[in-house]
Amino acid sequence: MSPNDYRMLSARFGRNDGHKLAVYEAEGGYRALRTVLSGMKPVDVREQVKAAGLRGRGGAGFPTGVKWGFVPEGADQVYFFVNADESEPGTFKDRYLLDYDPHQTIEGTIISSYAVRSNLAFIYIRGEFGWLVDRVQKAVDEAYAAGYLGKNILGSGYDLEMIVHKGAGAYICGEETGLINSVAGRKGQPSIKPPFPAVSGFLGKPTIINNVESVASVPFIINDGVEAYRRNGTEKSPGTKLFSVSGPVKRPGVYEIPLGLPFRDFFNDWLGGMVEGEKLKAVIVGGSSVPVLPAEEIMNCNLDYESLGQAGTMLGSGGMIIIPESSDMVELIQVLMHFYFDESCGQCTPCREGTGWLHKIVKRLRKGEGTPEDLALIEHVCAGMAGLTICPLADAAVMPMRSFLAKFRPEFEALIQETAPAGPQSRWPRGEREN
Amino acid sequence: MSKPMDTKAPWSPAPGTRARIEALVARYPTKASALMPCIWAIQDEIGHVPPAGVDLLVETLGVTRARVNEVLTFFTMFRTEPQADHVLQVCHNISCHILGARPVIAHLEKKLGVRMGETTPDGKFALEGAECLGACGHGPCLQLGKHLYENLTPEKIDRMLESLRRGEIPRADTDRELED
Repeated sequence: MSPNDYRMLSARFGRNDGHKLAVYEAEGGYRALRTVLSGMKPVDVREQVKAAGLRGRGGAGFPTGVKWGFVPEGADQVYFFVNADESEPGTFKDRYLLDYDPHQTIEGTIISSYAVRSNLAFIYIRGEFGWLVDRVQKAVDEAYAAGYLGKNILGSGYDLEMIVHKGAGAYICGEETGLINSVAGRKGQPSIKPPFPAVSGFLGKPTIINNVESVASVPFIINDGVEAYRRNGTEKSPGTKLFSVSGPVKRPGVYEIPLGLPFRDFFNDWLGGMVEGEKLKAVIVGGSSVPVLPAEEIMNCNLDYESLGQAGTMLGSGGMIIIPESSDMVELIQVLMHFYFDESCGQCTPCREGTGWLHKIVKRLRKGEGTPEDLALIEHVCAGMAGLTICPLADAAVMPMRSFLAKFRPEFEALIQETAPAGPQSRWPRGEREN
Repeated sequence: MSKPMDTKAPWSPAPGTRARIEALVARYPTKASALMPCIWAIQDEIGHVPPAGVDLLVETLGVTRARVNEVLTFFTMFRTEPQADHVLQVCHNISCHILGARPVIAHLEKKLGVRMGETTPDGKFALEGAECLGACGHGPCLQLGKHLYENLTPEKIDRMLESLRRGEIPRADTDRELED
C-alpha cells in the first residue's frame, strides 16, 4: 500500500494549479453537479450518500446522509454551512482541501445544499486562515462566473447563493451551534440541543452544518457511486479519511488513507517512522481532544472508528499528534489545559471553572508544589465536568486530562516527590512559563 | 497594519469600507448577521475598531451597542485598540511545542527585547502567543497578517525581522506561487 493508491479527495494536493477551475473541470470537476441537477431529486442524493456510509469528518463521525434527513420536509428556508473553522490542535486537513482544491469543496457544497433544499450556503473559515479566505472567495467568484452558483444553476431551476464567512479566532465556533450563533451576530456560545440545528438552527430555520472533508467527499460518491466509495475502508467505516500528522516523524503532512489501515503500517511505511534519535512514546490520534494512547497500544490499532473506539480513543478529526520519548507528558498536558481554559466560552460553570482548575493544578505540580491529593483532585474535577455542559468542550478537556493521567501516572507522581528530577530533556524548565 | 493612532480621534470609514459594508448588508440574510464581516471591513482599513466604528455598526446594522461590544470582545482576532505595525503571533500549542516553540519564543523575546504579550517601545512589533494555527505539520509557526510562517528556526526569524525592519513583508509559506 502506498500513499498514492487512495486519492479520492487529495488528487490535487501539492499541485500549483489544482485551485484553478479549468484544471478541476478538465479532471472531471463539476460533472457530479451536472449529474445531480439533470435528473436526481434531493432525496436521491441523500439516499446515495446514506448508502455510501459517509460519516461526518469533523470529529463526531455521525452519518452525513442521515443528518441531512433530519431537515423537515416542506421547510420554507433551509441554511447550509460548511464548517471550515478548523481549530482542533493537530488538525490541518481542511486547510489542504481548501488550499489545493477549493472547487472540490465548492462542488460538494452545492450538491449537499441541493440535497437539503437550501438556497443559501456559507463556508465558515477560521480567521487565522486569512490567505485561504481570499483563495476560496476567488474560487467562489469563478464558480459564479461559470454558472455553477447563483440563479438557475446550469438551467436546472435550482438557485444557490454562497457566502465565504471569515471567523475571528474562537475555537468554540467549530461547535455547530456556536458557529451558527456567531454568524447570527452574537457571541459564539453554543446553544442547548435539542432543538438540533437540522430542525431549528440559523435564524430559527433548519440548518445543516457539515465539515469540509464531508462535503468534499460528495462529488466522488455521485460520480463513482456507492460501491466504488465502499471499495475502500471497512463495513462500518467506509471510504478514505484524511489524517494530518504532526510531530517528529520523518514525513509529517496530510495523508488520505483507506479507513481500517493498521497504524503500524501507516507509521512505518507512510510516515517513515520517527526522525533519527527519537523514539515513539505516545500518539493522540484524532486531535487534541481525544484520549492519548501509549506507543504499545496504538501499534495494535487500525485507523477506523471501531478499532480506535475499542482501544478507548476516537478517530476524531484525524489530527494525529506524534509524541516522542523526549517529551514530558505533564508539560504537554499543561499546554493543552491552558488551551481549553483559554477557549472555554465561559457559559457553563463546570467548563469555565473546571478547565481553569485543571490548568492550575497541573501548573502547580510542575512547579514542584503539588500534594499527594492533587491527582485525586484532578479526577474529582474531571468528574464534575464530563457530560455536564451545553457543548462538548468540557469533555474535550477531560478526555486528554484523564488519559494522560491514567496512562502516564508515574510522571505525575514523580513531580510530587520532593526530589523529583526534571522531565526527560525538558525544553521548558518547571515553573518558568507564565501561562 | 495600522500606525498607532489616537483612539479618541474622529474616524469615518473610507469610501471603500463604506461600500463594502453596504454590500455585506445586502448580501447577508439579516442586518445583524453581517456584524462579523462588517467588523472585519473596519479592521481591514485601520487595524482595529475605534469607538466611531462601533457607532457606525450600531447605526448601520440596527443592533445594540452591547451586542457589538460583546462580539468585538469575544473573538481574539477583533481589536478595539490600535495595534503595532507587525503583530507576531507564535503558536504555543501542543504540536508546535513538541517541535520547539519555546526556543522560538525565547529567540523572539531576545531579538525584540520584549516578553510575550508586549509591544516594542517604537510600536513596530508586538509579540503574542496564539493557540493552534493549523500549521502543525510544519511547526513551529507564527502568524503575521493574513499569512503563516512555518518551520521556524532562529535564522529564519532573523531574516524575517530584518526584512520587516526594512519595511518589507517577508514571503510567507502560505503565499505560494500559483499559476494564474
